[in-house]
Amino acid sequence: MAAVSQSAMTVESSVEKPKMTARNLDLFYSENQALYEVNLDIAEKQVTSLIGPSGCGKSTFLRCLNRMNDTIDGVTIKGEVTLDGRDIYDKRIDVVQLRARIGMVFQKPNPFPKSIYDNVAYGPRIHGLVNSRDELDEIVMTSLERAGLLKEVKDRLQSPATGLSGGQQQRLCIARAVAVSPEVILMDEPCSALDPIATAKVEELIDELRSNYTIVIVTHSMQQAARVSQRTAFFHLGKLVEVGETDQIFTNPKDERTKGYITGRFG
Amino acid sequence: MSLSFLLLAVAALCALSFYFGRQRAVALSGGRHSNLHSLPVHYGAYTAAWCGLPALALLLIWYMFQGSVIEALIISDLPQEILGDSGRLSLALNSISQIAAGGGEHLTVSPEIVDAGRRLANLQTIANAALVVVMLSVALAGLVLSYRRIEADMRARNNVERISRAIMIVCSAIAILSTVGIVFSLMFETLHFFSKINPLDFLFGLEWSPQTAIRADQVASEGAFGMIPLFVGTLLITLIAMCVAVPVGLFSAIYMGEYAAPKFRAVAKPALEILAGVPTVVYGFFAALTVAPFLRDNGAMLGLDVSSESALAAGLVMGIMIIPFVSSLSDDVMSQVPKSLRDGSYALGATKSETIRQVIFPAALPGIVGAVLLAVSRAIGETMIVVMAAGLAANMTVNPLQAVTTVTVQIVTLLVGDQEFDSAKTLSAFALGLVLFLVTLGLNVFALKVVQKYREKYD
Repeated sequence: MAAVSQSAMTVESSVEKPKMTARNLDLFYSENQALYEVNLDIAEKQVTSLIGPSGCGKSTFLRCLNRMNDTIDGVTIKGEVTLDGRDIYDKRIDVVQLRARIGMVFQKPNPFPKSIYDNVAYGPRIHGLVNSRDELDEIVMTSLERAGLLKEVKDRLQSPATGLSGGQQQRLCIARAVAVSPEVILMDEPCSALDPIATAKVEELIDELRSNYTIVIVTHSMQQAARVSQRTAFFHLGKLVEVGETDQIFTNPKDERTKGYITGRFG
Repeated sequence: MSLSFLLLAVAALCALSFYFGRQRAVALSGGRHSNLHSLPVHYGAYTAAWCGLPALALLLIWYMFQGSVIEALIISDLPQEILGDSGRLSLALNSISQIAAGGGEHLTVSPEIVDAGRRLANLQTIANAALVVVMLSVALAGLVLSYRRIEADMRARNNVERISRAIMIVCSAIAILSTVGIVFSLMFETLHFFSKINPLDFLFGLEWSPQTAIRADQVASEGAFGMIPLFVGTLLITLIAMCVAVPVGLFSAIYMGEYAAPKFRAVAKPALEILAGVPTVVYGFFAALTVAPFLRDNGAMLGLDVSSESALAAGLVMGIMIIPFVSSLSDDVMSQVPKSLRDGSYALGATKSETIRQVIFPAALPGIVGAVLLAVSRAIGETMIVVMAAGLAANMTVNPLQAVTTVTVQIVTLLVGDQEFDSAKTLSAFALGLVLFLVTLGLNVFALKVVQKYREKYD
């Protein structure tokens, strides 16, 4: 145990220009501790992937970054998470504005039971980002374009979003997140409910989005982490075990547990 | 032997046969249950079922036919002149059954009738004794036959499953058939009513005053049976009730489901549901004794002329009664909206109320509409509150401050007290009941359809 906690402490995690940072982050579900002293920097306009076996806390950590854990009863968080150097758990931070800056895409596609257009327009509308119908049309079109969905749906913007295929729904959810022009996009296993072709499209999309957004992605697929991310963080039992350049993590991991996980010996 | 003893005896036989059947199975297994096709209890249940069920079926059939068979026997012995006249025949049969029951000393009847009475008593005794004998022998025969059929490889489990399925089918058939029976009894009386009153006058008539002359020499009005004023009254009160119940119920459901802290919810939700447990008669006198005078007095202060049996008082209290109905149903449908949708909305930076208004409520809307429709049909059929708090006068008005009457109130007043059962006045109650039933049935079917459609969306 002593060796484990020590190695958790000594993880070298800082980057030059972090968009977000987590410092000494502990998280408890009622009595159970789910995260132990996580220190992690998220580099700007890069894709950071979080990997690790089920239940290791990677999704929990992701949800700390836009305070989605606030919606769960009995969660207590210690430590500090910053966005552009400001603590997002500060009382003066409005969680609504925070989430407008940090978008999120979920494991299962969750389009609202509205039309395709209204799904994308939802965010801009509630945040009052537009003054006219034309402006809104513009945002919806650009967002759909960015999510690589425009070609497929431009003739049926008013039909219900629930009629789209799983992969299209997930790209719609990405478009919906993009529509509020966030700075960071969090993705929680965005491809786990998709078939390989849809997965390939979403991965391509993530790679394109990188030029405009900072992306954090939780994934169970190590190939996916290797394909889409520049930095990879390995979580195990609620601790951040190792973080570094994706190439380095996959070719030359420093920690025995990382090595064991990526070579398939456990997890 | 009375019926209850007979049933007890059969039950005891069943228990015995269960024991014997099980014992025999255990004996056949030679100590290892795996030698048997089924568990020993299945063999026990199998013998018990074959002992009890045929006997019970026999009992039912027996009671269905005993009366008519005996009556036929008695009638066949009656003199010809009585048989020719249906009025005299039913009178004679009445006297005969009175005599058979040990009474009828005050009756002045012919000796044939007295004889027939004695014969009836005699036949009944014989029939009862025969029933005991036949039933017990059927039970015993069932026991013995099924006991002897028990073998190690007999499929007792499958047999028992089939029997229990048959029992369940019978139970659901009873539920369905009694509904059908109720509808039919309403229908026949309604047809009877329509032979006296033109259905068009009933359905579209604008005047309701069911006071008809009972005897030909009585001075009374012709009677008017137009149901429109009653339905206008019903709808007015229902509308007032929904104006109270829908917003209050809906908002309390939203508060309980989305905002309330778990601790508060644990206390407040049961408290709200206590409202549903208050007997409607209590709401009735609350409406009649508290709310109606309150409205009248306050109306007088404002210079309004509020009747002391106003539609408003009845409607308000009915609305309060329906609140838990609306709130718990809409709470259910809103909590069925998947968490992923809420998360999706929160993650876009929506506040709680934006999420509720723009995501949860629209997604739950079909279910909420269904809940409201169910509440409407409840309000339309509600009787006690309106009997106590709404009036009797069939005013055709939409002014909530005046007295109106409802369909249910009229049915109650038509049938309470001594009534002649083939006058148009009494029969009109059945016609009203049928129309009311059709309206609420239609609403319920529609509401369930809507709710169902909504369910399919997320499964």
